[in-house]
Amino acid sequence: MNYFIIILSAILVNNIVLMQFLGICPFLGVSKKISTAAGMAGAVAFVMTLATIVTYLIQEFILNPLNLAYLQTITFILIIAALVQLVEIILKKVSPALYQALGIFLPLITTNCAILGVALLTIQKEFNLMEGVVFAISNAIGFGLALVLFAGIREQLDLMDVPKGLKGTPIALITAGILAMAFMGFSGLV
Amino acid sequence: MNNLKNFTKGFIKENPVFILLLGMCPTLGVTSSAINGLGMGLATTFVLTMSNLVVSLVKSKIPDKVRIPAFIVIIATFVTIVQLVMQAYVPALYKSLGLFIPLIVVNCIVLGRAEAFASKNTVFSSMIDGLGMGLGFSFALTLLGSIREILGSGKIFDIPIYSEDYVTLLFVLPPGAFIVLGYLISVIKKINKA
Repeated sequence: MNYFIIILSAILVNNIVLMQFLGICPFLGVSKKISTAAGMAGAVAFVMTLATIVTYLIQEFILNPLNLAYLQTITFILIIAALVQLVEIILKKVSPALYQALGIFLPLITTNCAILGVALLTIQKEFNLMEGVVFAISNAIGFGLALVLFAGIREQLDLMDVPKGLKGTPIALITAGILAMAFMGFSGLV
Repeated sequence: MNNLKNFTKGFIKENPVFILLLGMCPTLGVTSSAINGLGMGLATTFVLTMSNLVVSLVKSKIPDKVRIPAFIVIIATFVTIVQLVMQAYVPALYKSLGLFIPLIVVNCIVLGRAEAFASKNTVFSSMIDGLGMGLGFSFALTLLGSIREILGSGKIFDIPIYSEDYVTLLFVLPPGAFIVLGYLISVIKKINKA
């Protein structure tokens, strides 16, 4: 039951992009086509889950016992940067096909605040490891959902007659606002 | 003259939020009131100025291959300082900004200025650049925060302007952030063209 609430809340009610404003850069940057949006969502899901596990273990077994909690920010961002590099190297060797699909998105992920955000939230909400993993995966699904939905709308938007002053980013942001309004409808669920 | 130009470019001409579209997460996330926007802006300004200063000091000592991780460590150091200072002296603001304080580390503006400006320029002009960009960012956040606060709760910097019976709550909620920023960018673009 507990897991069910975590999943529902992360995907719909507190959607990471539309309600918590994490990962806005890729949300606006790579949402022009559904296929690239799906690729980005896949890469984020992979790194987010891995990063949450590793940062959780570091926090629990190194930072907490040694009373080094104030080093959290520095440690986490370095771990994420190193992890992204590692994933890139391993993917290149092990699965060239997957690397082809996700490769170009990987360098962008280090500065995606959704990754660091979820890692920090997992510690803040005092989840255990299993809850943390579920939380990370559901957030990744929520991110993917928002990104793909938004990309779909933007593909249609290209064909529409938009007022001149609102072309480009302004209309994209207003659309995102309406999408966020739709997601507010879920707020009674949990 | 040159320094002055360097300093003022961040406000309208190369405003990090309205023109360069960098640092959107804190821009949208913390601007439910003017004071939150201003606080976040000033915290980022401090990190931006100090990291630009240190990066330009050590730029010739850092091997090219590891420069990005080195920059990130420098930035993270100053973010941690801001985090601890704010926690001690302005705990209320620290609480309402929440997660977005540690997330200054991954704010693209900070790394972007370190990489694009401070790693190529002198110490003094890097500091000016950091300060100018940071204040431009603060300006954008305060403007967005003020508009949302006026429309959404009928106040500005907590001073009541009109009755709460007439407010549109939507503007302090997440959708309001997207919509107000959308219209603001369109207006700034128009001003820039004129």
